Amino acid sequence: MEKTDYKNVFVFAEQRDGVIQSVALELLGKAHELAGVLNEKVVAVLPGHNISKHAQMLIEYGADEVICIDEPELKDYLTEQYAQTICQVVEKFKPSILMIGATTIGRDLGPRLAARLTTGLTADCTRLEISEEGELMMTRPAFGGNLMATIMCTEHRPQMSTVRPGVMQKMTRDENRKGNVIAFKPTFDKSKFLVRMVENVKVDKGKVDITDAKVLVSGGRGVGCKEGFEKLQALADVFPNAEVSSSRAMVDAGIIDHDRQVGQTGKTVRPDLYFALGISGAIQHLAGMEESDFIIAVNKDKFAPIFSVADLGIVCDLNKVVPLLTARLASEIEKK
Amino acid sequence: MNIVVCIKQVPNTNEIKINPETGTLIRDGVPSIMNPDDKGGLEMALRLKDQYGAHVTVITMGPPQADAILREAFAMGADRAILLTDRKFAGADTLATSYALAGAIKTLDYDLIIAGRQAIDGDTAQVAPEMAEHLGLPQVSYTVDLKYNNGLCMVKKETEEGYQILEVPTPCVLTVLATANKPRYMSVKGIMEAFDKEVEIWTADKIDVDPNRLGLKGSPTRVKKSFTKPQKTPGQVYEVDAEEAVGIIISKLKEKFII
Repeated sequence: MEKTDYKNVFVFAEQRDGVIQSVALELLGKAHELAGVLNEKVVAVLPGHNISKHAQMLIEYGADEVICIDEPELKDYLTEQYAQTICQVVEKFKPSILMIGATTIGRDLGPRLAARLTTGLTADCTRLEISEEGELMMTRPAFGGNLMATIMCTEHRPQMSTVRPGVMQKMTRDENRKGNVIAFKPTFDKSKFLVRMVENVKVDKGKVDITDAKVLVSGGRGVGCKEGFEKLQALADVFPNAEVSSSRAMVDAGIIDHDRQVGQTGKTVRPDLYFALGISGAIQHLAGMEESDFIIAVNKDKFAPIFSVADLGIVCDLNKVVPLLTARLASEIEKK
Repeated sequence: MNIVVCIKQVPNTNEIKINPETGTLIRDGVPSIMNPDDKGGLEMALRLKDQYGAHVTVITMGPPQADAILREAFAMGADRAILLTDRKFAGADTLATSYALAGAIKTLDYDLIIAGRQAIDGDTAQVAPEMAEHLGLPQVSYTVDLKYNNGLCMVKKETEEGYQILEVPTPCVLTVLATANKPRYMSVKGIMEAFDKEVEIWTADKIDVDPNRLGLKGSPTRVKKSFTKPQKTPGQVYEVDAEEAVGIIISKLKEKFII
């Protein structure tokens, strides 16, 4: 392998049912920044069926080029179909960096590809930077978020990483941005297509994506019960784009759905405002929310670790604070 | 039917704490356990054994003390246990680890290979899919349920939106979530027998591999540095009654232009 043959920052543009996933746009934002440092191009790789119409959107979010692979076999994600496709794209276009969203699709595809290409892959990165030597520095949490490690892959190409959804920032969409769209035709070895999708079931969970909310009203053990969460919902309803979320304890207790869980085993969020109500602040929870712009913690226990990351801490009973705050906020917002 | 289950010994990360003065991990006294997702995988294999009389081999790569989880697997009902241990494996990243495991499994008879989705110390979820690639086998990850019938697996895979049912012929690799089932306890008889059973010790010479692709030498990634997260400067904490608290919150939100 000749390292100098490999250049440009590639992003796997994940789509589901023809809808580009938010994480792909977040990765384009990061790729734009990295490519700027390297003075290279951002290339989005878009596999799917009847998806070429989305290429322009990827350009508007930061891609300089889009490689479209439009095949009926690629309509739904299946490991081997996608691995063959992306592997051929990498062999032909030789990217220096390949970024993939750390979703159930990306975390299935990434390692399969890395082994096929005999290169390194760093999982679930939360920070990506370029070193002085022009190498990718990939930082990720380990040991349940207790430790951060910076990992490099200097002798193999491409340098691959999966990146947690919700961590990187999208660029502001620019409808005047121009770029090239390239159609790529893979050669399939269909004898290896052994997995067949029988059913793809979407369970309607009220379709919440807490990573999109600007305000999160998050409750923990101190909230206690379903009724307690109704009060949190009332507070969330005061804001235009707010959702209720929770710590792991409430999910394990069956009070809140897993898709509203914040933390190492839940989602990583960075809203403008994060209320931590009755959350003690286990390290696994902090790992998922400490990047929020402004954190307000309310807890009866003044020694709760949540206060170490809160921008404003209130030692008080949340059951008294929340209803009063809801009423006062509602009238403040109405005044405007 | 022959099933191979890949398991790993991990520190119980829920019990790891940080020394606030030195900023380093306190690992002393942290118990080692069988990785939870792997235990779910082992249980899935043992249920196939209950149903079809499958032969279950457990394999782990690690230091000699990883013997403990193999004996635990014996006590749960595994039939054979292999410990891959050699200094040549040291420093392996996921690619070199998966390569060594594949090299060992290649020498065994298997219909189904089961692994946990990810280990709680690294959380990468990479070793099993990489191993599947080295073995040239199809994979299904995030498995929560399996129905097996005559060489065909109907696998329920968990996704962000719900689930998928995927059909895959054996031989194949499945990665399993801890939530897939409730692993059985070790039986008393099993525990008694586990101490007398033989854990096979395999070194690098015993498996089908190119030694240059093992351990640190065979690892494309390097840990450049590791660190505990820098502590954020905490904001002010007020010990006040609810009325006053609400006043403070509202004025802070105004100051920050959030309302």
